[in-house]
Parts: sequence; structure tokens; C-alpha cells
Amino acid sequence: MSTVAVAVGPSPAAVARRETLRALLRSKTFVVGMLIVGWWVFCAIFGSAIAPQDPLAQSANVLASPSSHHLFGTDQLGRDVFSRVLAGAQSILTIAPAATLLAVVAGTTLGLVTGYKRGAVDDIVSRLTEAILSLPLIVLAFTVIVALGNSTATLVVVVGVLFTPLIARTVRAAVLVERERDYVPASQLRGERAPYIMFVEILPNVAAPIIVEATVRLGYAIFTVASLTFLGFGVQEPSPDWALQIYDNYTLLAAGTYWWTVLFPALAIASLVIGLNLIADGISQVIER
Amino acid sequence: MARFLFKRFILAVVTLLILSVIVFAVAQVLPGNVGRNVLGGFATQQSVNQLNHQLGVDRPVYVQYASWISKFVQGNLGTSLEYRVPVWSLLGPALLNSLKLAAVAFLLVVPLGIVGGVIAALRRGRLADRVITLSGLSLTAIPEFVSAIVLILVFGLWLRVLPVDATAPPGAGFLTQLRYLLLPSMALAMVLFGYIARMARAGTIEALDADYTRTAYLKGIRTRTVIRRHVLRNSLLPTIAVIATQTGYLIGGLVVIEKLFNYNGIGQRIYTAAQNKDFTMLQSGVLVIAIVYLSAMLIADILYSLLNPRIRTAGAA
Amino acid sequence: MSSPPATALEIADLDVVYRVRGLDREVLRGVTLTVGAGEAYGLVGESGCGKSTAALASVRYLPRNGRVRSGSIRVAGQDVLSASREQLRRLRADTVSMVYQNPVEALNPGLRVGQQVAEVFRVRGVRRREALERAHDALARVQIADAGLVLSRYPHQLSGGMAQRVVIAMALAKDPALLILDEPTTGLDATVEAEVLELIAGLKADLNTAVLFISHNLAVIQRMCERVGVLYAGRLVEEGPVEAVLSDPSHPYTVGLIRCIPRGGARKDQGRLESIPGFLPAIGEDLPACVFADRCALAEPICTSQEPAFHRVGDRHASRCHFHQRAGELPRTTAPARERSLEVSRTGDPLVRVEDVAAVFHERGQPVHALAGVSAAIWPGETLGLVGESGSGKTTLARTLLGLVEPTRGSIELDGRALPALAHRSHEDVRRLQIVFQNPESALNRRHSVRRILLRALRKLGDLVGALAEERLLALAAQVRLAERYLAVRPNQLSGGLKQRVAIARAFAGSPRLVVCDEPTSALDVSVQAAILNLLVELQAKEQVAYLFISHDLGVVRYIADRIAVLYLGRLMEVGHADRVFDGPHHPYTEALLSAVTTIDGGGRDRISLGGEIPSAATPPTGCVFHTRCHRSLGAICEEQEPELSQADDGHLLRCHIPVEELQRLQRNGGPAPVGQTAL
Repeated sequence: MSTVAVAVGPSPAAVARRETLRALLRSKTFVVGMLIVGWWVFCAIFGSAIAPQDPLAQSANVLASPSSHHLFGTDQLGRDVFSRVLAGAQSILTIAPAATLLAVVAGTTLGLVTGYKRGAVDDIVSRLTEAILSLPLIVLAFTVIVALGNSTATLVVVVGVLFTPLIARTVRAAVLVERERDYVPASQLRGERAPYIMFVEILPNVAAPIIVEATVRLGYAIFTVASLTFLGFGVQEPSPDWALQIYDNYTLLAAGTYWWTVLFPALAIASLVIGLNLIADGISQVIER
Repeated sequence: MARFLFKRFILAVVTLLILSVIVFAVAQVLPGNVGRNVLGGFATQQSVNQLNHQLGVDRPVYVQYASWISKFVQGNLGTSLEYRVPVWSLLGPALLNSLKLAAVAFLLVVPLGIVGGVIAALRRGRLADRVITLSGLSLTAIPEFVSAIVLILVFGLWLRVLPVDATAPPGAGFLTQLRYLLLPSMALAMVLFGYIARMARAGTIEALDADYTRTAYLKGIRTRTVIRRHVLRNSLLPTIAVIATQTGYLIGGLVVIEKLFNYNGIGQRIYTAAQNKDFTMLQSGVLVIAIVYLSAMLIADILYSLLNPRIRTAGAA
Repeated sequence: MSSPPATALEIADLDVVYRVRGLDREVLRGVTLTVGAGEAYGLVGESGCGKSTAALASVRYLPRNGRVRSGSIRVAGQDVLSASREQLRRLRADTVSMVYQNPVEALNPGLRVGQQVAEVFRVRGVRRREALERAHDALARVQIADAGLVLSRYPHQLSGGMAQRVVIAMALAKDPALLILDEPTTGLDATVEAEVLELIAGLKADLNTAVLFISHNLAVIQRMCERVGVLYAGRLVEEGPVEAVLSDPSHPYTVGLIRCIPRGGARKDQGRLESIPGFLPAIGEDLPACVFADRCALAEPICTSQEPAFHRVGDRHASRCHFHQRAGELPRTTAPARERSLEVSRTGDPLVRVEDVAAVFHERGQPVHALAGVSAAIWPGETLGLVGESGSGKTTLARTLLGLVEPTRGSIELDGRALPALAHRSHEDVRRLQIVFQNPESALNRRHSVRRILLRALRKLGDLVGALAEERLLALAAQVRLAERYLAVRPNQLSGGLKQRVAIARAFAGSPRLVVCDEPTSALDVSVQAAILNLLVELQAKEQVAYLFISHDLGVVRYIADRIAVLYLGRLMEVGHADRVFDGPHHPYTEALLSAVTTIDGGGRDRISLGGEIPSAATPPTGCVFHTRCHRSLGAICEEQEPELSQADDGHLLRCHIPVEELQRLQRNGGPAPVGQTAL
């Protein structure tokens, strides 16, 4: 098409991407995080296949302590805890990312619109957001779930919708800063319409904080879904979901002797969120120059 | 300054009003006929209607809302559908318990978080910084019930230094109560630590890199004095503003922790209200929480405006 | 007390590096200079030359990733680099002070001014109460009239000029042997800058402090210093007495630098500005033995292989060049004469007309009259220069013209048709009015490649797509002298000058009729400025486009503008042909502005000191808004009645109660005595 002599070799954008990847791999936190999360993702996909026993199979061997046969012991219904831990990754790793995705898409759009347009729309949305955020998310979430009924879809939508204002707020703040840069009025002076300016001009420049925020939000999504499940409003029986296992067995703690039924699922949750946060930390160090 | 505070106050009231509408609307969506829920499946339709009329739920929605709000403002939070007693008689003591728990958590985490963040900033890039930052980062996203379980196992069952139950025996003294509250507060505090430390760290770094810090050093002032007088004073200001917003998290965490420890707090109350479809308790309880949160924000605003000269002197020529 | 040392600052063979992405990059290479006791030494250079680093190294306050690789620094005889922490602290407390840019930010926003000034004394053991008293005296010494009031204020309540006085007071309060000033007046308005410079000069004379004055502005250095050192890429290339260096520059870089500056009333029709070919090297870039060889027209093979010694050229005057004798004969880069004529015909209708335009903003509940009834016209192909200090409304006027700001009254006309706000303008009208912003970094989307930016502009403004667009893209790039290889990169990989070329290309993509140039060269280095100005003039002749040229640099405005409009607090004070406005008779404000500006041709002109600060646009003074600072105020009539903009003679309008003949007489005889202390 054009007769411009193109410089030989990869484009500057490709070089930049490769450098970012290399920098990420150099970050110890990122690598450790990826390993942990990677392991659980693997379990989410193949957990039932690699589990030594059927996670849902009940047996008479109730509340057995850890042994070579049952690495993590058995629970109240004689189910193998180890298999349940392996298989339990799936529920949380489908629901939380779905909710996060919903929140990111909706939140980014909302943040772009309120940050760029300002004015009445911004004011109203900000008021509403502040009002909603003055309640603890968990309380709001289970109130709505009780009202709408419990299902996976509801869970995803409720958590996604409740996280939207949080992401919108971060995006809005970034957009407010970008707006001050002269390329925005330059675009207006070309006759560009608002959607173009928001999505083609501004969005690429706020992508970095959005990515970091999304990774952090994913961690919180897991946090929230797990907490909701623990309260009985999340994932339902008989799923081997970790938080559900804790919900089932935590009253045994008072007796003190059946710790394995709750400790291992708890550690699983902890390791997953720590891994995610390590990834987020690694990304933020590299991307946010 | 007065103007700033007045604006914030009005804003809080408006937010509260909007919230009350939202809460009321959501509570209304709770399925089921109220009277039927209370009396059960075997009661006659007539008695159900009678109860509904007595409770006033057959009136139009906005009338119910208006009635609720006006009574609320006067201190009448309604009657619990489940327990048939005034809502406040149950919420009051529960609120008090929760505030005690939250206070202990706060007292634990705020000093620790600030100190941790400041140290991390002063030793930027070095080991102490990485340790504090990463541990804060890791702890923050672990759900409270998870960390609580680990804490219970470690301190309560294996080391046996702290009681597993959060509720002290009746008539217990202040210190004993404190001891019982330690485990749950620690769980709550762990979540907040990372966030507060991160804010304190960021604020301190910004202050350390600022021009005015350079001026102070170049005047020949001792490092210790520069940190105290110039850096900390300015770095802690945004941190304080942020701490207040964390009360929201705190209260959310309360629900989970109270359930785990079977503690009679407001979180527990609201939770059971939702489960039992006790919507009078639910909507009043949620609104009470909102009031607590917004009050905390106002206090933070007052503190902030007292400490920030820009706001304090606004209006003065 | 021992006798004071003979030298205030001795830097010997200083090498400083910064660690960037794991590599050490050289910022200062073997710099050696000496500032004698009581002497004023100016260090001049463009961005990236390392001048600020030299200052920070002297007080041992390099950033975290910087370190001194070799060399030594002695301040008042004391070794700085090997001093213990306590010794360093004492040195900073007693012997050396530093004043730098952004004075308001140099003060702690959380403490009152008084406490901060008092700190200077408390550090030397003075008790609290006495320290406050001495703080009061220190402020009085820098001619702050109401010192007590200022002491009780917080920094955010001070204006830039006032804050800089406070910082200077703090710096001189300890009677230092050495005062380091790093661009102390950059960012301040011209009239305020003049006051601050005068203050510094006066205090220096009184206290006999040695001064290291760092600036990119040769004219300011000439005014303030006795000796000057020229830094290029971290190396000192020439050094000597100021007058000697300026009149007989002996290094090609110095020669080029001096030639770049439009001087002596140079006008665009008299010839192009000189510029220095090539680009300023990035920090730590690999350079040949003589750091300037790549851009030097006198360079020969020996320059890339052998580092030149510091050759003595005159009395205490030296140059680091193999060919220092021939430096003055440095060939010019541009042909002096212009090919095309730049005559502007004003016989027809103006291209753009603004009629009684006013713009009001609301800040914290108070209305701010950014523009209060401005009327002006621009003819096709002409350049209207717009000058004024902060709060004058020049940016607001430009934005209103472009439609970015909606005026609260008045009209804007293009080709005789009224223009609505930007959102309602026709495609044609949008195309016709374009802008080049001050900061190209901010004006280009850093995530888009240059090609994408320009193609989009061609599409939206020029209605070109496909092969036609590609063709025009290449033509456009050639027009602004942007090499093809830069099309594929993103703006942040380009230097400031190149970025600005892209911005200019973008503005011209749709063949505009008028381009607003909002301080287009202010953010660029001197050597780059000249090239951009030449480009703008060339494009104007070729495309017959009009410019609204906003600048605070009067030399540049004089060079490029056909007519000039002077704004003060949103009102037009004077408008007329460039020569007339500059030579007089002109408005008292213009008079003061011209006298405030330090030019490299320097001296002779009496500086007219304007009392007070520029008033806030939220509470403008009554009557003639300039009367509070006017050195020719007539008293009651100026306080009560705002003068009309009246015709002085052909095309020259003045807003002053003093009739033009009277002004002519007064200004020919020289101004009255400067106004005294500075009120708040």
C-alpha cells in the first residue's frame, strides 16, 4: 500500500510487549504467584480427574484423621478431604473470574463515561455509588441474594454488579487525570465524538491501572464469594467448594479435635488469594512506570 | 472550614436518604407474603390478612416507606417479625457488642498499620520494606474466616493462650472481655493491616520525595526532626482520610466473624434477619450500620479538616 | 573566627552517574569549576546538560539512584563528599543555601511560614522566641512589607513571587558563604521575575555572598553574574567572564546558542533564526571524544578521537575545543534571507473577529472574569501576538475562539459568519481553526503511533483516506521536516522538538486558515525553539495561514508577530503593529513589561518596578484594572473610571487615560523612580 521504507525487524509495540514479559518473569513475586494460581487453575480443570477418590462419595469412615489412605482425613460424612480440596478449586475459579469480568467491563464503561462527561450524570452516579458503598458489600450481597434466590448466576451477577462501582471509581480517577492532557481538546477540535474520545483516545492510556485493579478485584471477588458461601448464601451443597466445606464443619472446631476438616480448605483459599495478590503486585511494579 | 464540614454533613444526610430508599426497596423484594411467613402454612387466609393489616403491609409501598422513615427518625425502629419485640431492643445490645469488637480491632490495626507503612517507606526497597509490603498484601485478601480459623487453631487449640469463644462470661471485667475479643479482632485486623500500611507507605514516600523535604534537609535539620516535623505530618493526612473508609470493610467482616465465633453482634442479627425474612429487622439494621459508617466518615472529615491547613484556612482572606 | 576562605565553591574533575534500569549513565563528565568568595558564577545549559545535578552534588543531595563516581567538591574550603553526616549537616546549616524552582512547593504545606523561616535559626541553636523575631527581620530584609502577616500564613496562601521571597529570605538568613540558585525565576511572571532578580542582586551586593546561578537563560545570567560556564552533555565546554563569553564566544556550541536567540528587535522578515543542527543528547548517551562533535559544523576527525583540552582563550576565559580560534566563524545553518514575501494585506475583511467577548468561570463559588469584553480581529495570513502575564486571559481567549470555552457574552466570527460552540460547529469551521499546544508531551496521545495520529487527523480534517491519505501523510511529514522513520514510533520516543513537529503537522493536516499557537516553544530548549519558529514562519508563508501567537517571551513575539495585543486581567490594554507596540509610545503596562524582560542585549533600560502582585481575576481593582501597579497612575480618575480602548493612531489602540502624545513625551524622557516595597 504505502511506499514508506519500513524499518526492518519487529515493531516498537512488539518489542515493548516482549520487554514487559521479560520484566514480569524477572519479578519473583509474579513467578511465585503464577505458580500457585497456575496449580489451582490446573486443579479447577482436572481436579476431579486427578483426585484419588470421588469428592462426593460418602463413606462410613467418618472424621478419620489424616492417614496414608486419606491424606487430609475425612469429614462428617466420610468424604475424603484431600479429593475435595483438589476438586473444590473449580467452583470458586469459575464464579469469581466471571463476576470480575462483568465488573471490569461495566466498571470501565461507567468510569469512562462519568470521568469524561462529568456534569449531572457524574454527580448522580457518584451519589448513588457513595450510598451503596457505605454499606458493607457482604451485607448488601446477601440481602439481595435472599431476595432473588440463590443460584450461580445470581451470585455472579450480584458480586459483579456490586464490584462495578469500585472499579468505576478507580477508572474515573484515572480518566480525570488523563482528561487534563492536551490531546483530549485536540481530539475535540478535530470534531471527534465522545465515544471515540473515551474508548479510542483515553482508554488505552488508563489500561495500566485497570489491569492492576482487575487483578486485585479478582482477589476480592474470591474473598467475597468465599465469605458468602461461608454464610450460606453462595455455592450450594453438595459442591466440594472450600468455603462450603468450612461452613459444613466449622462448628467442630469448638470440640477441637477435627481440625483437618477446616484447616486444609482454609489454607487452600489463603494460598489462592495470596498467589493472586503476588501476581497483582508483580504486574503493578512492571506496568505502572 | 465550617463550610466544608457543613457540606459534608448535608452530603451524608442525602446519602443516608438514598440508602434508606434502596434498602427499603430491596427488603420489599423479599419473597413471600409477610403474614404467611410469620404464621406458617397452616394458618387461615383470614388470620393472615388480619396480621398483614395489623403490620401495615397492605398499604401502598410509599406510605409504608414514609411511615418507616418517620418512625425511625423518632427512634422507633419497628418491631421484629421473628421475635415480636422492638427491633432496637435486640439491635441495641448487639450494636454495642459489635462496636466493642470493632474498637479492639481498630486499636490493634491502626497503630500497627501506620508504623508498618512508615517503616516500609523509610527503608524503601530494602528487606524490611519488601517483608512488610508483601505480608500486608497477602494478608489483606484472605477472608476473615480463613485467618480466623488459622488463628483459632494456633492460639486457641494448639498453644491454648486465648479463649476460642468471643463472648466473655457475664459479669466479666474489662480485661477479661478484652482477652476474649482478641482472637476475633486479630482476624479483622489482619485484613485491614495491608491496606493501611500501603496507604501510610505511599503517603510517606510522597512526602519524602517532596520539595519541602529537600528544603528541610538543606537547612541542615537533623534527619529525625525532618521525618517527624515535615514528612510524617504531611504523609499521615491522606492516611487518616482512608482509615475512615475502612469502617465499611470492618463492619462487613463483622458479619462473618460474628457467625464464626457465635458472637451476638449486629452482623449476626442482620444475618439471621435475612435468613428469617424478618424485613423490619433487616432494613432497620442495615440503616443503623449505614449511620455508623457515615458517622465514622464525618469524624474523619472533621479530623482531616482540622489537620489540613488548606481547608482550615479556606474562607480566611 | 578564621579569615573566610578565598573560594566559595571548588568542583574538581567531578563525575556523576545515575543508575537507570541497571546501567550507570553519565550525567557529569569531569567538570571543574571554581566560584570565588563573593563572586557570581552562572552555569548555563539546556535540558539534560547536568546543571541541576552539579548543584545537588554540591550539597550532597543527589537522588537515590545518583552517585559521585569520582572527583571532589569543596564548599568554603570544606570537603563535601567525604564529610561526616554531622559535618554535612553543619555545612548545610551554616555555609551553603539553595533556592530552586516552584517556591510554593519548596515550603511545607502543613506549617506556617514563620515556623519554617525560624527553623533556619533554631538549627543553629537560637531559642524559639528569638528565632521568630529574627525570622521577622529576615522577611523584612527581602522587602516584604507586612512581614508579621506573612509569617502567620500557610504556603498555599502565598503567590509565587511572595513564596520565592520567603525562600530567599530563608536562604540568606544564615549569611551563607555560597548561595546556589537553580532556575529560581522560571515559572514566575516577567514582572515578578524582574523584582526577584533585582532583590537577589541587591542582597548579594549587601552580603557579599558567592552565588552559583543556574539557568537555561543566557540573558538572565548576563544580568546576574560575573562569570559564566557553559555546560553541554555534562561537560564544561566554555568558561569565562560573562561579557567576554557573550561578545567573543569561543566554542561552537556557545556560538550556536547565542545565535539562536532572536535579538535586537529581529523580525521574521529580516531572516531566519539560527539553530543548532541535530538533537540534544539523552542522559548518559555514548558520545564522541568531543561531546559536541556530532552537531558541530567545524568538526574534523580529530574531534571524534581526541578529547579537546581546555584551551586558554583570554583572561580567565577558556574553551574546550580544538578549533576555538575559528569558533566565531561557525558557518550558519540557514540561509539568512527569506524566499517568499510575507506581506499581509488588510484591505479586505478580517478572517476572524471577536467582538466584546467575555468569559466567566466559577471557582469556589466566586465568579472569575477571565475575559472582560475583548474585541480583536485577525486578517488572513497575519500573526497576531498575544502577550500578558498569568491571569491575563490569553489562554482563555484562545480557547474561546476555538470553541472549547463558551463565552458568556460577545460573538466570534469566521469569514463574517458567527461561530457557535464547538459541538455545533460545521465540519468546515472545525477544520479551519486549529491549535498547537505548549506541551507536545501532553498534546499527543502517547499510546498512538505518529502515523496513526496523523492519519486520523488527515481523515477527520482533510477527509482523506487510503492511498491519497498516505501520500498526503508523507508530504506533511516532509513539510515539517519529520523523517519517515519517525512515523512508526510512539511520541514518547521522540524528543521535544520532534514531538512539536508532529503536533504542527497534525494542526496543518486539514489546511487550516488560522492556527492558535499557545506558547509553542516555551517548553522547548533554546536551540530547538529557533528551528520550530522557522518552521512556523515557513508554513505560514506557504499556506497563507494566520496565527494567534501566544507567548510570554517578548523577543520571540517581536520576531514573529505582525501585530501585538497586550492583555491584563482579561482586558485588552493595547493593540497595534508590532513595531509600534514595542518602540512606543505604548501603554504603561507594556512599558513595564518590556523593561522587566531581561534581554541579552541587556542594559541601558531603567527597570520599572511594578508594586504589588498581579491582582486576582476574582476581585479585579476598580476603575482601570492596572492602576494598582501603574507607575504612571493619575490618581483618582484611574481609580474610579475604566478608560475606553481608544484609537491612538492608525490601527493602534490604547486603553489609558493619558493621551498618547503625553505618553510619548513621558516615555521618551524615561520613567519615574521605581516603586518601593512590595505590598501583599
